[in-house]
Amino acid sequence: MNRVNINRYKDLAFQVVGIISTLVGLVLLAIFIFSIIKEGIARIDLDFLSSLPSRKAEKAGILTAWTGTMWIFFLTAIISITIGVAAGVYLEEYAKKNWFNNLLEINISNLAGVPSVIYGILGLEIFVRTMRLGGSLLAGSFTLSLLIMPIIIVATREALKAVPSTIREAAYGLGASKWQTTSMQVLPAAAGGISTGVILALSRAVGETAPLIVIGALAYVPFVAKSPMDEFTVLPMQIFNWTSRPDHDFVINAAAGIIILLGITFLLNGIAVYLRNRWQKKISW
Amino acid sequence: MEIRLKEKIIEGGLLFASLLTILTTIGIIWVLFTQSVGFFTEVSLWEFITATEWTPLFTKKSYGILPLLAGTMLTTFIAIAVALPLGVTIAIYLNEYADKRFRAYIKPMLEILAAVPTVVYGFFALTIVTPFLKLLFPEVASFNALSAGLVMGIMIIPMISSLSEDALFAVPKSLREGSYGLGATRLQTALRVLVPAASSGIIVSIILAISRAIGETMIVAIAAGQQPNLTINPLETVETITAYIVQVSLGDVPYASIEYRTIFAVGLSLFIFTFILNNISFYIRKKFQNKYE
Amino acid sequence: MAEENKLVEKPGNAPPEMEDNKFVITTHDANVYYGNTHAIKDVNIEIKANTVTAFIGPSGCGKSTFLRLFNRMNDYIESFRMTGDVVVNGQNIYHDKIRVEELRKKVGMVFQKPNPFPKSIFENVAFGLKIMGRKKKSELHEIVEKSLIQAALWDEVKDDLNKSALALSGGQQQRLCIARALAVEPTVLLMDEPASALDPISSAKIEELIFNLKQNYTIVIVTHNMSQAGRVSDKTAFFYLGELIEYGKTKNLFTNPEEELTERYITGRFG
Repeated sequence: MNRVNINRYKDLAFQVVGIISTLVGLVLLAIFIFSIIKEGIARIDLDFLSSLPSRKAEKAGILTAWTGTMWIFFLTAIISITIGVAAGVYLEEYAKKNWFNNLLEINISNLAGVPSVIYGILGLEIFVRTMRLGGSLLAGSFTLSLLIMPIIIVATREALKAVPSTIREAAYGLGASKWQTTSMQVLPAAAGGISTGVILALSRAVGETAPLIVIGALAYVPFVAKSPMDEFTVLPMQIFNWTSRPDHDFVINAAAGIIILLGITFLLNGIAVYLRNRWQKKISW
Repeated sequence: MEIRLKEKIIEGGLLFASLLTILTTIGIIWVLFTQSVGFFTEVSLWEFITATEWTPLFTKKSYGILPLLAGTMLTTFIAIAVALPLGVTIAIYLNEYADKRFRAYIKPMLEILAAVPTVVYGFFALTIVTPFLKLLFPEVASFNALSAGLVMGIMIIPMISSLSEDALFAVPKSLREGSYGLGATRLQTALRVLVPAASSGIIVSIILAISRAIGETMIVAIAAGQQPNLTINPLETVETITAYIVQVSLGDVPYASIEYRTIFAVGLSLFIFTFILNNISFYIRKKFQNKYE
Repeated sequence: MAEENKLVEKPGNAPPEMEDNKFVITTHDANVYYGNTHAIKDVNIEIKANTVTAFIGPSGCGKSTFLRLFNRMNDYIESFRMTGDVVVNGQNIYHDKIRVEELRKKVGMVFQKPNPFPKSIFENVAFGLKIMGRKKKSELHEIVEKSLIQAALWDEVKDDLNKSALALSGGQQQRLCIARALAVEPTVLLMDEPASALDPISSAKIEELIFNLKQNYTIVIVTHNMSQAGRVSDKTAFFYLGELIEYGKTKNLFTNPEEELTERYITGRFG
């Protein structure tokens, strides 16, 4: 076999290696998910969804957990969208290229790389203690909002960047002020891209456990939260709590809880992808 | 000038929103430093860095961070050992071999790996991977670094593959054509021309992946264990910095006690590591970004 | 001393005769700098009401830059700086305290590449009105219709004003942009190579439109198409490397130019 043939065989061999590498992670994930479904699907029934947690595995349910997740989802959404989109608009549309705004950008990149437990520690001192919010939904959603803020800001900026400058030019030419141009033409045009980023960020927030543990979201909450100042738990925490129990029945509960959590995660991601596709078709101007 | 005033107010509001990001960073640094100062007035920095036992919650207290560091490094190393070869291979394959349709379908699917909540990965590691490992290595502990590291590796594959693929994509066509024109195969071109050319981007992706692995909490908290252990044996139980923080938070440690302050001291260490790694990657990215423009 | 008192309100140095209402636009020693580049050099011009004036010259001669002085669209370029006076409708627009948004309602602009908003035809034309605070539906509909008629587009779109503007052809989009500019009732219409991105038929329609609009508006059009300038304008200004070389009645400039540079340009020897 001469050199050329050896190289060609190597080339083809790599092709096989490449496909396997690409699929290995996905195949493993599929195996994981399949075994979880096998383990936990039977456990999911109306009782499970509507029961409070309990020390007895057969009686324990995820009512507190999924209502807590809903609360966290909405509170975090309100806070992070308001501040995140506003910051994104400022940085992309208003900020001039000076050292300060450069610093802001670098800072946001840094914040995106800070581990989630650190946000938990920040939330513990500032929201839970200094602001005396305790281990409440409010403290939790503030903390998670800070965590996902960089994602939303970056997504907002990318979406705004994609709006052609000719739109802004046309609006200014008609005598629109900066805010009129931004709010009436640019933001609506960027809305699809922003929504995609927001939903992906919220999907991440919904799956977070560590920061909430640190701020003191309790593992065992036998009541449904009724106001933002209430203590709470969320699905990932409930799953974590059950996973830590030696009793195998709790492991089944955990598997069932995971199915629900994955369902929510995939649903949100699916919506985001759908929105992204629709928006990208729209902006082919 | 009513409109002028309204415009100024709106701009001010938007500016305030972006300033909150600076406040966040200041808050993190403030909290970590002030509480750590409280810690280091009682525990010497020397002990923290050199002692080989971490037992703040026991009666005989030792405050050496090395066991936690070992746990973090070990699990991270395993994760990168998995994600790096797979990630770069995937990047090369998608870039040079795969056709457009395959790429278009696979890329979003790989992102799914990153979207799965980490508590779910932790559950996988504990209930599926560890029992499997026990078949291969009967001496493996129920909580071990290998299980957590492998699963973490799977989770961070997309980080390396996606960024590396972007880096490969950015290599100018002329370099590719030069190599193919000389009769090189795709593999030869990829390994000898493209990867070196895209090396800065690939390195950035690896650094960011390391940073991510160091900061990961739930997978290691669930599957790697809660016993600090200064070891390099992946089959043993270990505790990472992040898992320790969770352990203390779940417990009943009194506020302002030294045990409480330990989470800030280790948190500060964690923050410093990831901060340094992230900024190295930004620096590399910036410095080599315009190499081909 | 008396002259100085008169000028105290206006920090520019425009001679008092410039406040003459006969001219809609006048400039006095206008200079434009982008950083260190001297893009417009000492240009003096006077434009009468209800005329069509063409700015011609080779690429990069500054005609678009000069046009954009009239509605202060250069403000968005960071390195932009100007000296001298530009007086529009009696206001010294760079030295008086004016509201730029008000200026742009009086001095409208149509751009080279049609740039309708990604919204419906109706919303495009109504946008200028909405930002002025006009909300009444009947009023909006009336003005939208009037503007589309003036822009010779009404008959083609009247059946479905809710259709997306991006679904229109290039020529229709440009006429839509003209209607959009006319809706806010300007006195001046600035057109920056309005037909250069269009096919010949649409281009001809735009020219016809300009001819008809002259009755109610003052039009300044930048064009690199000399025959278009010849067909459409009353006066023509020839620019070269940032200077105004020659300015006069179109007929005279094209048949009997005074400057040699002008003759060389219009006979095609460069540019």
